Formats: sequence, structure tokens, C-alpha cells
Amino acid sequence: MTHQEQHQLTLAACKIRIGVLTSTHSAKSGHPGGSLSAADMFAYLYNRELRIDPARPDWKDRDRFVLSKGHAAPGLYAALAGRGFFPEADLTTLRHIGSYLQGHPNMNSVPGIDMSTGSLGQGVSAAAGMAKAAKLMGSGVRVYTMLGDGEIAEGEVWEAFLFASHYALDNLCVIIDINGLQIDGATKDVMNTEPVADKMRAFGFETVEIDGHDFAQMETAFARFNQTQGKPTAILMRTVKGKGVSFMENVADWHGKATNDAEYAVAMDELRAQLAELEAAQ
Amino acid sequence: MSEAIKKATRDGYGAALVELGREHEDIVVLDADLAASTKTGMFQKAFPDRHFDCGIAEENMIAAAAGMAAMGLVPFASSFAMFAAGRAYEQARNSVGYPQLNVKIGATHGGISVGEDGASHQCCEDFALMRSIPGMVVLCPADEVEARKAVKAAYAHKGPVYLRFGRLAVPVFHDEDYDFQIGKGEQLTDGCDVAVVATGLMVNEALMAAERLRAQGIGARVINICTIKPLDEEIILKAARECGKIITCEEHSVIGGLGEAVCSLLSEACPTPVRRIGVNDVFGYSGPAWDLLREFGLCADHIVQVAASF
Repeated sequence: MTHQEQHQLTLAACKIRIGVLTSTHSAKSGHPGGSLSAADMFAYLYNRELRIDPARPDWKDRDRFVLSKGHAAPGLYAALAGRGFFPEADLTTLRHIGSYLQGHPNMNSVPGIDMSTGSLGQGVSAAAGMAKAAKLMGSGVRVYTMLGDGEIAEGEVWEAFLFASHYALDNLCVIIDINGLQIDGATKDVMNTEPVADKMRAFGFETVEIDGHDFAQMETAFARFNQTQGKPTAILMRTVKGKGVSFMENVADWHGKATNDAEYAVAMDELRAQLAELEAAQ
Repeated sequence: MSEAIKKATRDGYGAALVELGREHEDIVVLDADLAASTKTGMFQKAFPDRHFDCGIAEENMIAAAAGMAAMGLVPFASSFAMFAAGRAYEQARNSVGYPQLNVKIGATHGGISVGEDGASHQCCEDFALMRSIPGMVVLCPADEVEARKAVKAAYAHKGPVYLRFGRLAVPVFHDEDYDFQIGKGEQLTDGCDVAVVATGLMVNEALMAAERLRAQGIGARVINICTIKPLDEEIILKAARECGKIITCEEHSVIGGLGEAVCSLLSEACPTPVRRIGVNDVFGYSGPAWDLLREFGLCADHIVQVAASF
């Protein structure tokens, strides 16, 4: 990856973070913490990894992305808007009555959303089903899904992992956003899901651990996924919940609440400063 | 009535899947370690590449079926009613119902007639659970012929469908030329003294009851309701107006099933006295199926009793 490409991704991620803040602030609710931890991955997926065409959201042969941690919808919506699936101005309608931008992803209302999710643990099963279907249909479609480290306490997740491994779904890439925090506190205190890597290996996954804010490591991880045959891939990314907004970083309380006006002003000052710096450096 | 041949509706499910599999490449069948019991083993044998055992993991099975439907396949996901509708309720609600995906849930072993396995496996709540999901079609065939036709209609219908089949072999009273349609009830006997609205294996019991009631001078109109949802309101309102009294019969809890669906309709559109025959808010227990059905009043004798004293 060139320096210029990295720079473009950093810029895209910053815009996603701004979208997360503006949309959740407008909604007066939503989940900024886990949207921000995954923002860099959203930027990478939607600008570099996924075979998609914003002009044809229903293109049959597109890669699929299922946001199993559906509460990170603000981040996903901002990534989709950034690629032109729908107008960025619509992000502020998030969670408003009549808006197509539902609180959690709705495949029937939002262009670019491949599966309705929100109830934790189910998206990964749907993604595994999609990958199995793609194999049966002889299609080259790749399926990506993202879970949270708190989410994997759901039993269904492990049913899905068994299924993916049993059917050798090497077209399935499971990304786990390990930001270490969930609603009630630190994941290790609420219900420890570590060691995740050992579990994924034991379940038969090609397992890669990366820094979820490092695009070069993402490139290496996805290269592994695209080369791996005969088994699914798990990309475990260590992230900072609330990444990019100083007072949100590593604070569990920002899992599921929006900024008030004063907090919003501070957050946006920070993000706008980051954006200005990035744009100046171009 | 002459002695009819007996077959379980689950046999019709398996047979219809094989017939559909021959005609349509997009049909796939998922199972959760019960292929022999749900009769999807017939499909597995005929089309091994399109049958996926998901192991004992019904939640994943239903949501994985949703993913397959999102890719354009038509999955039939099968297990016992207890697990397909019960354990995987929320997957059916959030991953199938909410996105309106084209998944068919084939649930066998519904009701008390599961028999010896006892209460843990006797699902009498599935109509209630599935009816409550917006857009979910709920079917409960009365015999093997209707089962086969219902499976084919479910395939042709675009959207989520829940099908309930039984374990027990019951008399086959439909002819092959029976014209089954989703959402259409079927009037089986004439009569204007009382209407007996039944579903599943209770339809045959209602037919036997009607014969005995006729001997007592009571004209019972038997209506087969295979489609629990959407309910054929027209046939029920007509029966209410013409008979003035309705008995509902189902191998399901009196809470949330056909009986309550009929009562909801009538209370708003045509207030009519109703007696509900079903499982009276209790759990079942082990025993031979036909004996259990009698114990729970899910039999012709009980229908005759209720009608005669109504």
C-alpha cells in the first residue's frame, strides 16, 4: 500500500467518524463507541477490500458484508454514504421517524446493506449461510462479517463457527472487533471471551491478529484470507472503543449514548481538526 | 366413512421436498440432526449436495437459512416444532420475518401427538409464536395429501412460511385433485346448527364427530383451516352467520392459536359464541399418542360432547 493510499484511507475513516458523531447526535441516541472502534475497518472494507458497485447495490455478484454487531450501524452508514450509496446529508436522519436509516441495519430500506441485523449473534449465522450458498451456486462472492468481542458470548456465534469450519467456508471472513468493552463494563469482567485467538484456531479458522487501526496490517490480513483455502478466516482486530474522540476512548459508557450539545462541539472540534490536518497534508 | 389409509403429514413433507427438488434447482434443505425424523432424509438421499445438516444448532440453522435466502436460494429449514419455532423463535423473528426473507420453516412433531417423548418435545405453542411475527404465513395440514400441496404452495409463495407437521399417522381424506390455496379454508360438511373449525389432525376428528352428531340430529359444518395465518375470514364469518355457534379444534394451546384467532375475528366482526377445544394451558406428558389425544380431549368424542351441550 502506498503512502498516498494509506492517507486516503485515513481521510475516509475520519469522515466516517464525523458521520458517526453527527448522526448519533442528531438521533440523540445510538452507539458511537463501537462505531468508532470499527471506523478504520469500515473505511478499509468499503474503499479497498469489498467488490461492490455503489451504483448497483443489488448487483448479484457483489461481495457481501454482514454487520453482526449491528449497533455499529452509524459507522457502516457513514461508510456507505462515503462511497455514494446514498447522500451523506441523510446521515442526520438516523433513527428519526420516517428515515430509511433505522437504528440497526435494515436490508430492505438501506442501499448497500446486505442483511438486517441488530440482535447479536445472528448476523454471523446469516453470513455463513450466504457463504455456503455462494459455494453451492458456484459463485465467487466473498462474504465478510464483523462481530464484537462482547457479542461472541452468544452461543449461536459458536454454532455458526462450527458450521463455517465444518463446511470449509474459505469464502467467509469473520472479523472480530476486540475493543474490550461492552455495555456493563470491561468484557473480561462482564463475561470473559478471551483467549479469542486460541478459540478461533480450535474452531478451525485461519486466524490473524492485527491492530484494528493499522491499514497495512489489514492489507496483510485480507491477503491471508484471500489466499487461504479449505477453511474460514478470522481477523481479530484489537481496537480502542471510541477511537478518535479523546473523551470517548476506552470508556464503556460511550457504548450506547449520544453526545449532548457541549460534548458534540468538543468532539467535532477534534475531528474537524484531524480532517483539516489530513486534507492539508494531501 | 370407509377405512382410510393412514400417513403422517411429515411423510408428505419429505415426499413433496423430493418432488420440488426435481423441478427446482434453487431449493435447499437444512436439518438439525433430525433428518430421519423430519423426513428430510428423503431429500438428502435424492439431492445430497443440496441438503445441509447443521448439527444440533437450530438457532444457527434458521439464521443461516436466512443468509441463503438473501443469496436467492429457497431454503426449507427443518426440526421439531419445539426447536424450530421455540428455540429459534428469535432467529425466525429477526433474521427471517423482519427482513421478509424467503425461508420456509418445516417443523415436524407438533402438538401432543408426539407421544412418548413427553412434554419437553410436545410443542403446543408454535402457532402462537409464529402467528405473532408480521408477514409469517402459518400452515398446518390435516393429512398427507394436504401436506404435500401445502409444501408446494409454500415454495411458490414468496416470503416466510412456517409449516407444522405431525409425527402420528392419521387418516388421509383428501383426494389428489384437492385444490389447496394458502389463505383458503375448506368446508368439508354441510350443516347449520354448529360450525366446527379445525386444523391439523383435529380435522379428521371433527369429521368423525360430525357424522355422529348428524345421527343425533345436529348438523355440524366442518371447516378445515390449514392456513392459520392469514386466516380465511370469509369462510369463518359465513359459518358464524349461518350456524350461530362455533367450536374450534386444534392440537395446540387454547392460548394464541386457531381458537384465539377465530375469537379475535368474531369479537370484532360478528360476535358469536365460541367453544375452544385445545390444550388448556397445561404441559403434556408421556404416553401413546392416541391415548394422549383422548386424555386431552383432542378427539371426536369430546367434540360431540361439546357440540351436544352447546
